[in-house]
Amino acid sequence: MRTRPDLIEQIPRLRRYARALTGDVNRADDLVQDTLERALAKLDLWQPGSDLRAWLFTLMHNLFVNQIRLRRPQETVMEDALDVPVSGGQMEALAARDIHEALARLPEEQREVLLLVGLEQFGYAEAAQVLGVPPGTVMSRLSRARERMRQMLAGEPAIRLKVVK
Amino acid sequence: MTDDVQEHELHAYVDGALPEARRLEVEAWLAAHPDDAARVLAWAGQNQSLHAAFDTVLNEPLPLNLVRATRRPVMPVAFVTMAAMLAMLVTGLVGYAIGLSSGGGQAPVAPAYLARDAAIAHAVFSPEARHPVEVDAAHAEHLVAWLSKRVGTQLQAPDFSAQGFALLGGRLLAGETGPVAQFMYQDPVERRVTLYVRRAVAGNRETSFRHASENGVDVFYWIDGDFGYALSGQIGRQTMQRLADAAYAQMVTANVNK
Repeated sequence: MRTRPDLIEQIPRLRRYARALTGDVNRADDLVQDTLERALAKLDLWQPGSDLRAWLFTLMHNLFVNQIRLRRPQETVMEDALDVPVSGGQMEALAARDIHEALARLPEEQREVLLLVGLEQFGYAEAAQVLGVPPGTVMSRLSRARERMRQMLAGEPAIRLKVVK
Repeated sequence: MTDDVQEHELHAYVDGALPEARRLEVEAWLAAHPDDAARVLAWAGQNQSLHAAFDTVLNEPLPLNLVRATRRPVMPVAFVTMAAMLAMLVTGLVGYAIGLSSGGGQAPVAPAYLARDAAIAHAVFSPEARHPVEVDAAHAEHLVAWLSKRVGTQLQAPDFSAQGFALLGGRLLAGETGPVAQFMYQDPVERRVTLYVRRAVAGNRETSFRHASENGVDVFYWIDGDFGYALSGQIGRQTMQRLADAAYAQMVTANVNK
């Protein structure tokens, strides 16, 4: 009998990632369901012995990217534009109350890397594979994500002082 | 800024991805560079915040539509075998199914689904080392009251101490017919069995015992009044049968004494 990969076992972590990624319970579970359905349909393409979890996260990433693309086709090149160092005034606009809000304000590409590495504990090389980008891109996105989060969540005192009237 | 220690190494430090020797060097660097140390501390804090915010998702009941999504149109051999087995089970219920389909309206949940869903829930939660249950047996009274309230009937957690199994606790799951209670038991060598209880299809008064084997999990299940019960485990069919008999006997006694 051919052994089937245990997809059920993977659901809790897929749900955790999707929840953090979308910030919405229903959207997250829809994404998980789409991922599982796609996984079933493509099960023949999965190589037994390879990392099932990474494969599923790859499928989820592709679905997520497609959703974003459908939603706002013109905004996909925003990442670099957002990477300009922020001045005091922009900092105020960026200040986030909590981790949920900060995550939601992060560009998707950066959010994905931050979550894959910081929450899901993928290695850099694995994260690169999941996202289909070079490892160097993972590192630069991670670096930007963490710095933006830091600024949003607490802010550097020097910058925060500027926005206080 | 960092000269000797690269930016990416600071991240690798946070993520525990540095070789030990380099880790110590980065640590020494951080001791002498408070700005970098502050950033590293903040990043590590972000990881902690992420876990604090989202790890609870791991513990949530699995929505059954997601569990089902893992088994829908499938082709591999193991599933075909299982489907054939399910088909045989369902055949036994054909009269019942016809009655339902002609009745229309309500979505039927055949007892075979009860066994399958119970086996899935067993397979998902019984291997859990850290969070096998939501409420542990130390709060048994609260557990039973809580699950009874959510499921909508006065439940009781059967006593399997004579069979060597102690109540570990229980959890609430989401099912197609509403909330589902799962009680978990464990013996001294940490073998686990689970009892799955949920509302059955209206009008189904079936009370006979049935046995199913779902992907290696033995399930004994029965319908009693408005509720379906399924006991799942991988401890051998005979032991399971003894536990199921005990559970059933205790429920009948409880009903008689009501």
